[in-house]
Amino acid sequence: MPTPANLWWSLISLLVLLGLWYLGASFADSRVLPGPLVVLSVLIEGVGSGEVPYHLAVTLARVAASFVLAMSIGVAVGIAMGRLLGLNRFLDSWLIFFLNLPALVTIILCYVWFGLIEVAAVLAVAINKIPNVVVTVREGARALDRDLDEMCRVYRLSGMARLRHVILPQLSPYLFASVRSGLALIWKIVLVVELLGRSNGIGFQLSVFFQMFDVANILAYSIAFIVVVQIIEWLGLRPLETALNRWRR
Amino acid sequence: MSSLQVNLRAKVFPGVAQAPPHHALASIKLTIKHGQFACITGPSGCGKTTLLNVLAGLDHDYDGEIHLPLISEHQQPVVGYVFQAPRLLPWRTVEQNLTLIKDRSASTADVGELLGLTGLTDFCHAYPERLSTGMQRRLALARAFVVEPDLLLLDEPFASLDEATAARLRLLLLEIWRRHSTTVIFVTHDLREAIQLGQRIIRLTGAPAKVDLDMPIPLNPAERLDTQVIEAWRTRILEVG
Repeated sequence: MPTPANLWWSLISLLVLLGLWYLGASFADSRVLPGPLVVLSVLIEGVGSGEVPYHLAVTLARVAASFVLAMSIGVAVGIAMGRLLGLNRFLDSWLIFFLNLPALVTIILCYVWFGLIEVAAVLAVAINKIPNVVVTVREGARALDRDLDEMCRVYRLSGMARLRHVILPQLSPYLFASVRSGLALIWKIVLVVELLGRSNGIGFQLSVFFQMFDVANILAYSIAFIVVVQIIEWLGLRPLETALNRWRR
Repeated sequence: MSSLQVNLRAKVFPGVAQAPPHHALASIKLTIKHGQFACITGPSGCGKTTLLNVLAGLDHDYDGEIHLPLISEHQQPVVGYVFQAPRLLPWRTVEQNLTLIKDRSASTADVGELLGLTGLTDFCHAYPERLSTGMQRRLALARAFVVEPDLLLLDEPFASLDEATAARLRLLLLEIWRRHSTTVIFVTHDLREAIQLGQRIIRLTGAPAKVDLDMPIPLNPAERLDTQVIEAWRTRILEVG
């Protein structure tokens, strides 16, 4: 949790940002850059009508599905590649291929092959994220402590017990790194997926507002999502991380 | 109730890159009776840990046969190993470090009793990194006993401790060993420690290492605490070498 001093600093820096925005908006044409107050009233109106919560929920559901899919496959493959030299040699070139495959290409191909359906959308996002998870977790799996590994073998810990009590705790910093970068990356890709082939969600809404040149609504939706991601960070990730790191001196 | 039988012909580490293969252990034949406390001594780097890793089943790449002792109720031999470093799970509490390991074996050991014996009852909810080195070593000792091992291996478990703490832990080890009557192999480079603890001293020397001395130490508990007795035995053993 942020300390009071940190909170004050965050508040001050946020107010400075708002001030700069306000100044910029008053110089620019109001349609190109509406001021904070205009955006706030648009946001309040959108929340009141139920539009913003609906599209936000749809996008969040896609983010959650892609995130769970990408993390579970990525962690499993990452651990396997970090532990098994042969598998790592075999899959390494695939990994480089998928790491460098542009997100847009994956999205287009998924829509072409599977149609404009929900599964294709979620799959396209997951495929974009999996290689990043694999790379991070593989580094962690390579650095697993051999001494503890021998201890587990002597005392015959089962595979599940080893995973839960020995391997995952060692991987937790790597897992948190990929969860954080994962949320940021995934929600951006979800918007592209929605823009290209879905008829709801924030990405779809943004494309509509783009056609209508409605910058105020574009900013209102972005701010709504950033607030939600911050809430996830503060209420979910930070407390979890603190709890998992209690053992450290 | 069976004895530990070691019939090792050779243990060679394959050469890595430009380095030649390393002949760690030569022919080693040993029979250690059930419940015996044997000490293995020898200069550091002579292959004592290598031998323990072979006995623990961590290293299968050797030429020879090993028969581990087995208590009749056990399906297969259970080994307890106290490594040179405590090797605890830092993210699990003192108590969890024991229960986790115990749950994996068919052991009926009393975790609370072992915590009491090792003086860790008050710290059972603490994390290992917050404990002193001596306490971490006591926990590693308790963990080795929590599986009720047929064979207990200890690899210089009290090295890097001050002498007073080490002496207390030696007494503790003897006390737990008497209660559990397991076969013990205790590796140390300190001859005094070996005489104080062991019913038998096996000395390894040379490269590749072989047994150059195998001597029973028929001392009673009181004599083992007597420094003059220990010094006399030490002189005797050094004269043999």
